[in-house]
Amino acid sequence: MSSIAGFLKGNFLPGQSRSCDTTGLPVCNTASLYIRLNAVIAVVSLLIGAIAAILIALTRWPAVHLLPAEWFYRFLTVHGFNMLIFWIIFLEIGILYFVATTLLNSRLFSKAIAAISFALMLIGMIMVNAMIFTGQADVLFTSYVPLMAHPLFYLGIILFAVGALLGVANFFLTIHIARRDKTYEGPFPLVVFGAITAAVIAVVTILHGAVVLIPTLLWSAGLLETIDPGFYRVVWWGLGHMSQQINVAAMISVWYFMFSLIVGAKPLNHAVCRGAFILYILFINLASAHHLLVDPGVSTEWKIWNTSYAMYLAVLASMLHGFTVPGALEVAMRKKGYRQGLFGWLAAAPWSNPGFSGVFMAMVMFGFIGGITGVTIGTEQISIITHNTLKLPAHFHGTVVAGTTLTFMALAYYVVPLIFQKDWYAKGLLRLQPYIFAIGIFTVIIGMQFAGSAGIPRRHWDISFAGTPIPITPMESGWLALVGIGGVIAFLGLLIFLLATVATVFFGRSNKGRPMEDWGGVKDISAGAGTWTKEDDHKTPGTWALVMILLTCFVVYFFANWKALADVWWVH
Amino acid sequence: MGNENTHWLERLMENPWMLLILGIVVPTISYTVWGVYDVLSLPVAPLP
Amino acid sequence: MSFMIPEKDWFKAPDKGEKSWIAIGFIWCLVLFFSMPIWHIYGKQNSSSESYRVKPEDFSARVMKFVETNSIGKDGNTPIVQPKPGGHAYVMGGGYIWYPILKLKKGNEYILHISSTDYQHGFSLQGEAGINMNFQILPGYDHVLKITPTTSGTFNIVCNEFCGARHHVMTGKILVED
Repeated sequence: MSSIAGFLKGNFLPGQSRSCDTTGLPVCNTASLYIRLNAVIAVVSLLIGAIAAILIALTRWPAVHLLPAEWFYRFLTVHGFNMLIFWIIFLEIGILYFVATTLLNSRLFSKAIAAISFALMLIGMIMVNAMIFTGQADVLFTSYVPLMAHPLFYLGIILFAVGALLGVANFFLTIHIARRDKTYEGPFPLVVFGAITAAVIAVVTILHGAVVLIPTLLWSAGLLETIDPGFYRVVWWGLGHMSQQINVAAMISVWYFMFSLIVGAKPLNHAVCRGAFILYILFINLASAHHLLVDPGVSTEWKIWNTSYAMYLAVLASMLHGFTVPGALEVAMRKKGYRQGLFGWLAAAPWSNPGFSGVFMAMVMFGFIGGITGVTIGTEQISIITHNTLKLPAHFHGTVVAGTTLTFMALAYYVVPLIFQKDWYAKGLLRLQPYIFAIGIFTVIIGMQFAGSAGIPRRHWDISFAGTPIPITPMESGWLALVGIGGVIAFLGLLIFLLATVATVFFGRSNKGRPMEDWGGVKDISAGAGTWTKEDDHKTPGTWALVMILLTCFVVYFFANWKALADVWWVH
Repeated sequence: MGNENTHWLERLMENPWMLLILGIVVPTISYTVWGVYDVLSLPVAPLP
Repeated sequence: MSFMIPEKDWFKAPDKGEKSWIAIGFIWCLVLFFSMPIWHIYGKQNSSSESYRVKPEDFSARVMKFVETNSIGKDGNTPIVQPKPGGHAYVMGGGYIWYPILKLKKGNEYILHISSTDYQHGFSLQGEAGINMNFQILPGYDHVLKITPTTSGTFNIVCNEFCGARHHVMTGKILVED
């Protein structure tokens, strides 16, 4: 594995780096330490968020209806913050450090910045959780004014955000010194480019957080009289939605990385993949408008332009990645000799490797569920029949959970052996883990999707409305039961992952000095498969079939929602 | 690199600082500034 | 395993297959985009573009006046109010209730003003035949909807934006007669 194209001498200080025993890639010791620290707290957040998740799911299942109202809303707040912010952003800071050092052959710019960043994020995370658990921030994830929480709650979010911003700054400065010291040659590797995209989006996110949360902190502390709710919503969604776009960019970078690592996939066309990332940088953040389509205050022109990510150019970008990622996989598999039929390459893929199966299922569910539903319910008028119904969580559990979380778990199957240098326990069970989790979360999403289509609200403790005679059909109860049942299965999948991770990280067998125990790749059988021509590098019939199925589902779902809209009362 | 004939898009793809600036400016103007302007410039309700 | 450091001549135009997919994708994006302005011209269900700034106490006073002049009865403690077809109607959310109950005539347009006297609320109309329509309601904002009921019966309004500990009991009603 020494053929790292164009690698020159790194800029590591003596004794401050090692060479990976599996891949031969350089590892900066400081980066490695902070990747591990950030990953550990990420997993702790995931655990807190998961416990909240199962309690919420079991409350929305009418036959179980577990929590009292007060604790339902409290755990919903806990769930939102730990899953959407802490789990994901701690891990992403780790990913940024990894990408900028190992893939660019560079040391981390500053140990001090990494330490301060981590400390601030950790303090912020503890403050926010403490305020919520002690009942001083029952405001849900969105904390819409004029609902008011304790000032320490807002201060906690601000400290976390400042910490994250310092981490992102450390990433950019590491890239800067890598270029200055010429530790690598030529253009950025694609994964680095995707990480830059995620980092840019993170900066925009955090700036919006500062603009909205600093005045809110002052207001909560009694130093400011009011915060305008309309202003708050516009700017807060700059934080709330954009933070999830960091995931999109980071997740897609991980897809490219994992398929390269496991199957040796190469991008079909570097310029196209990068162009798609640039479209994200420019336009994906306009989609924060999705939350404001049935709001007073903002104009129709603003709604249409921003909700469409400037005429759907960021959707075009996702459609490009949706083509080039599986396309790269297909070409790599065909090149290895798996050339029979449309999908022979897919059948022969390493399905028992949880790194592969996790990423592949994440990609399919992100595209088919998260993507299609997101664009559709983010259409200006369709929001009238979907706003704040369970169709919304159905959408973002498709993106953030079935997409990002599953992808990051798949990544962990490599991060733990390579960065923590421990070999996994319970490998047999872990090969099943992505499937268990995927089935669970898929069930949750289906339940939410259909319950939402019936108008059942999200963030709601009791849809029998405390005795008010609003009829809930057995069918609707059934969809909510699916949310509960799927929640149990997904929780089980998550628990297997969490327990195995903790056991392995703390008590696992060290693999220092030897390659990691492999999860299983793909054998090269190209010797007897005939010649490979230059044109074959771009032939992807199976991927074409997949994207045409995707497009068909997209068209059907989109127009079905317009049809449903056409059946309701007239309004303008 | 640095070649006169390098496509502008290729140069942009190698310039993280420019990407950062564009990534901040475009959404801030299109989404945030315009949105806040809309919200803050609302007339007072006549309540007929 | 190069982790995708491109070859020297990496900056190339997409090949034929990639170009076709870009073209298909772009056309679909245009369909997605133009569906919205087209529905504003030909469709009957559009997000409102009319809203105003209002003081909660002014709005509340206007609702009381509306109830006084148009009230036709009571359901429990909540007045039932019948606005003139084509006229203005007022609903306010606050204190975990949508107030008052409206009685409308099917097929007539009403200019409905909705606001909140306390927190943010979600005005979610629920009823038979799968009717479900949702609008965000903010304190300090008069959200104006020109609305035409196209079905008759009893419709419930629930709150679908979290507004405090008893958010889930916040309901209201609209009655529509033929």
